[in-house]
Amino acid sequence: MKTWIAFWNILLKDICSYYLKPPNISWGLLFPLVWITMFFIRSGMGMDKLPDLLPGLVALSILFGTTSVLSVTVTFEKKGRSFERLLLAPISLEILMLAKTSGAILFGTINALVPIFVAMFLTDLSAINWYVLVPAIVLIAVSSTFLGLFIAVSVKEVFEAQTFSNFFRFPMIFLCGLFFPITSLPIFLRPLSYALPLTYGTDILRGSMTGSNVMPFALDFLVLSGFCAVLFYISLRNINKKWIT
Amino acid sequence: MTKQKSNQADDNQESLIDVVRLTKKFEDITAVDEISFSLNRGDIFGFLGPNGAGKTTTINMLTGLSRPDSGTIKAAGLDCTKNPKAAQHLIGVVPDESNLYPELSGFDNLCFCASLYGIRKKERCERAGELLQVFGLKESANRKFSGYSKGMKRKLTIAAGIIHRPPILFLDEPTTGIDVASARQIRQLIANLNSNGTTIFLTTHYIEEAERLCNRIAFIVNGRINRIDTVENLMRRTQGQQMVQFAFQTATNKACEYIIAKFPNLRCKTVSEGICVESPQPIRVGPLVRLLEDNGIEVAEAKKIFPTLEDVFVEITGIEARMMKQEKEKMKMGGNA
Ligand SMILES: Nc1ncnc2c1ncn2[C@@H]1O[C@H](COP(=O)(O)OP(=O)(O)OP(=O)(O)O)[C@@H](O)[C@H]1O
Ligand SMILES: [Mg+2]
Repeated sequence: MKTWIAFWNILLKDICSYYLKPPNISWGLLFPLVWITMFFIRSGMGMDKLPDLLPGLVALSILFGTTSVLSVTVTFEKKGRSFERLLLAPISLEILMLAKTSGAILFGTINALVPIFVAMFLTDLSAINWYVLVPAIVLIAVSSTFLGLFIAVSVKEVFEAQTFSNFFRFPMIFLCGLFFPITSLPIFLRPLSYALPLTYGTDILRGSMTGSNVMPFALDFLVLSGFCAVLFYISLRNINKKWIT
Repeated sequence: MTKQKSNQADDNQESLIDVVRLTKKFEDITAVDEISFSLNRGDIFGFLGPNGAGKTTTINMLTGLSRPDSGTIKAAGLDCTKNPKAAQHLIGVVPDESNLYPELSGFDNLCFCASLYGIRKKERCERAGELLQVFGLKESANRKFSGYSKGMKRKLTIAAGIIHRPPILFLDEPTTGIDVASARQIRQLIANLNSNGTTIFLTTHYIEEAERLCNRIAFIVNGRINRIDTVENLMRRTQGQQMVQFAFQTATNKACEYIIAKFPNLRCKTVSEGICVESPQPIRVGPLVRLLEDNGIEVAEAKKIFPTLEDVFVEITGIEARMMKQEKEKMKMGGNA
């Protein structure tokens, strides 16, 4: 019970202090919307093509929603020393970091719903398999968040966190099949695609929305869960090693 | 400030923290070098030492922010060496620099800190209000922490450290860098906390602070503890020691030379006011004044003085206490508290 009071309040403070601040909301929401508009203008596609674009947009919204705030907040609190206060609290590092990341996961999940909500008014979404889509969105949010955490604990400065996370984010837009199928990538880049969690996430999104997944759902979910576990474990180990010196 | 000593602590006491041969190295620096001590229930234990002595490093290891290279830490019977989380519910920590949230108000900061210890909302709010009252911060309760003055920040940081009523409290230089009145108030609060049963571990470089507040003191220099004892025992060293201080009309650095040449049994050192002559036997002032005046040094004043803890510290560590303080103030002016 005591642990959950701490967990909930850490999450609540992060939501109020960081996630509900205008710059974060706009960065998380606006960016994917600008991207979609640009796409339509550039390609001259009609609204009937929206379902094909939607998986990529959802993936993009999650990726930016989760990573833009988290990598900054953790690094920021570490620099301002208030993170020490959390390390001094009688809660395990696992629970602490889950609390610190839950805000990002929640934010990413809500972010994912924005393009879907907009699309509802523009096109027919009756073909969507929600039982697959919803868990997939959550799992992608978790894996992107943990990737953000991994980045945040690998650097010292806030600006490094931003740079480093862009170093991951932008290539992922192209490498993970968000808007072009992986098969259209040069052959030497493909192994890289399969080393990134978002590739599997996008595949589930695509499958659940248009039925065009490349790999079986079970495999996608399994690999994605594996990424979550490994990224979280490495991040915790890094925190243990670097922050408790 | 009244001299307020913990009266709960005496010799055969239950120890709350036991530290054995604790060592911490940073690359080529040994920050803490095989220190051993225990903190007894009811103590105000003072860790007294100059810059870089290893005080903060020690606190970090005891509170779980840093991992020792060797040695053991036991708190309330729990082994904290391997599992630093084991005793964290029993301790409160007030760091040397505030680590509260600048964007939250004083009240919200305290409530948040309480929640980290699993305290329920109703109790959190009550406790936060109560502490804001005690620390005289009620008026500023809803202002953002970033707008607080240094002294207010320090007080709120202490309030945050005791929000969960920890039986053991660590204070890292609680009065450094703040004005005399606030420092006094903080010392009084520390003394009150102790008389209400909190065991306190305090680092400081103010010898008078340690002398007034602490019942036991460790002198730490270069990561090593030179001496641990009760204030009474430390002062006992100087009992029977006679001291006479001379002030001169014009500044001179020859006085000690003349005195030691003529009276080799006396010890003599330069102090800010002039010189200080020491001896285990009573000192006769007449011959000394005559000697000095014969050598053209005009004595303005000669007075008997009583040894303080500062003299003990200087004797044991070889560090001039005054220098230690000045250096510290300089550092704090440059940095931010
Ligand atoms: N993270 C670190 N990395 C490298 N060296 C460190 C680190 N922390 C402390 N040190 C070194 O360890 C020694 C002890 O430092 P510590 O901060 O414990 O001293 P202190 O007694 O608290 O000093 P002060 O009175 O200035 O606060 C110093 O020489 C310091 O430079
Ligand atoms: Mg220090």
